[in-house]
Amino acid sequence: MIYALVAGVLFGLYFSLVGIGLNLVFGVMRIVNLAHGDFLMLGAFVAFGVVTMVGIDPLFAVPLAFVIFLLVGLLLYWVLVPRLQGSVNPEMLSIILFFGLSQVIEAVMTIFFGTSERSIQSRALGTVFSTIKVKLFGGKPDSGGPIQIFGQGFPASWVIAAITSLIAIALVYLYLYRTRLGTLTRAVMSRRDEAFATGIDVDRVSAAAFGVGLGLAAVAGIFAPFMFGSVTPAFGADATVTSFAIVVLGSLGNPLGTALGGVVYGVCYMLVQTYLSSWADLLPYVLLIFILLLRPSGLLGRRVRVA
Amino acid sequence: MPSSFKHTLFIVLLLLAVFAVLPGVYQNHLLLFNFVIFLILAQGVNIIYGFTGYLPFGYVGFFGAGAYGFAIMVMHFQAPAALAVIVGGLVGVALGLLLTPLLRLSGAYFAIANLAASLAVLHFVANPALENITRGPYGVSLTGTFNPTLAYAAALVVLALTLGAVVYLKNSRFGLALQAVREDAVSASMAGVDVVRMRVIAWLASALVAGLAGGVYAWYLSVFYPDNVFSGDFSIFAIVFALFGGVATICGPIVGVIILYGIYNLIGFTTPQYFQLIYGLLIMGLVLFLPAGLVSLATRRGWHVP
Repeated sequence: MIYALVAGVLFGLYFSLVGIGLNLVFGVMRIVNLAHGDFLMLGAFVAFGVVTMVGIDPLFAVPLAFVIFLLVGLLLYWVLVPRLQGSVNPEMLSIILFFGLSQVIEAVMTIFFGTSERSIQSRALGTVFSTIKVKLFGGKPDSGGPIQIFGQGFPASWVIAAITSLIAIALVYLYLYRTRLGTLTRAVMSRRDEAFATGIDVDRVSAAAFGVGLGLAAVAGIFAPFMFGSVTPAFGADATVTSFAIVVLGSLGNPLGTALGGVVYGVCYMLVQTYLSSWADLLPYVLLIFILLLRPSGLLGRRVRVA
Repeated sequence: MPSSFKHTLFIVLLLLAVFAVLPGVYQNHLLLFNFVIFLILAQGVNIIYGFTGYLPFGYVGFFGAGAYGFAIMVMHFQAPAALAVIVGGLVGVALGLLLTPLLRLSGAYFAIANLAASLAVLHFVANPALENITRGPYGVSLTGTFNPTLAYAAALVVLALTLGAVVYLKNSRFGLALQAVREDAVSASMAGVDVVRMRVIAWLASALVAGLAGGVYAWYLSVFYPDNVFSGDFSIFAIVFALFGGVATICGPIVGVIILYGIYNLIGFTTPQYFQLIYGLLIMGLVLFLPAGLVSLATRRGWHVP
């Protein structure tokens, strides 16, 4: 029971990191990024690249992946979005456009890397900490064994992923509520046309949000091989649906809502998996539908989505 | 000559005649059958997306439900196949009724909720706990009713029904009212259109079509697994085909299916990942440059496209 709860919270924090990029993109631009999961997958491949080619801790891939995908996001934004916003029904067409993008990403990755499952030894993650510990305090390098919480052992990689997620969510919160660009972002989120009328450069703000969103997805992807065991190029689609469940559970445009949604999802998932495993697959979808119907604004949200 | 009559004569009957004759000429009957199924599904998507603006991202839910309605009728009640297909359609409608509350959601929320609903139905059907009803994840085998020729004929009947419905929508006050609701629900209800009733009718019609198609598909295949009939590819292919041709027209989805599914069969089987790449690029190009589909090439020049 305690094990399921703690594991649920750890997974939940990670799931919030998975969802938060999607939340930013959808909240700011009303664009459904169906390729979100594929950027997660690309992040995972950056981690493979760092581990296999340079042989260092995948944690170093975090800033690298973030910067790379921030730039990719800015580029993609300028190529895709202005044309899309000019069309009749951008929200619907975006679903299809990004579905196409996800197909392209998946196909390219399959052509180059094949369909085999890839995993990284979980020991690789966090080696930087043990190295520092050895350098500073001496002693033996411990091999990333389980970390004790409430008397139960959890893989160190889960804990590191959860802590990174917490830091990332805190940074997003600071970005949105403590910087000028973040304030503008929130203005665009709440009323796009009014923000435009007040003279905010909506395109610049949206491009930044899109870049940050993709960067966060890639960061989440770095931990995917440790959380899910292995990753294939086709992993993106499932990740997208899960992210949607989490974003909708929380609420739009509120990073704290997404964090809460992720934790609720993680705990529910672990509990159902422990006690009713044959129904566990059904849970996220049923949860998603009920939340949408009963509390359309999410757990911490304002009313925006009723027809 | 009223335009509905012209449409029936030149598009519907022509298409049906072509697909009725082709099996005698062309040997790959499974391929022809799949063409018919995708024509039905693309037109089903056309009914709900083209005329009401709701994007059914989990459209395959109705299709799979229809297939399983067929399978359960045959397995447990030894029903004749034709009756079982009709029951499949009714199962689709029942699922549609169950999901009508989703119509309260707008835009992307509807699409996502619908996707979640179809996945929920899949996991419900594939649940090992229900093995003695649906055979769970182990798949069903209905060798008793196996009859591809009749199933193909039934698929043509369903296609005729579906095309009939689209011709009706294109030419009737009801279809016009639906399009008015799609453009602006508030103004339409001001003009005396019963918005909710209209949407529900279109939604159920579209569910019925997919359910019937699922039943026919189960009849033709006779051995299948939940993952086959609930594959998300059905929803996405149907949507992309319909959009590629152009929704809210009769020809659009037909053109879309013939071109895109044709390409799929030319290169999709030998090198799936290259197909996926081309397909993804095609979709992106379509959305960016031709958001109203191929028929908009003609309508832009002022030609009328039915």
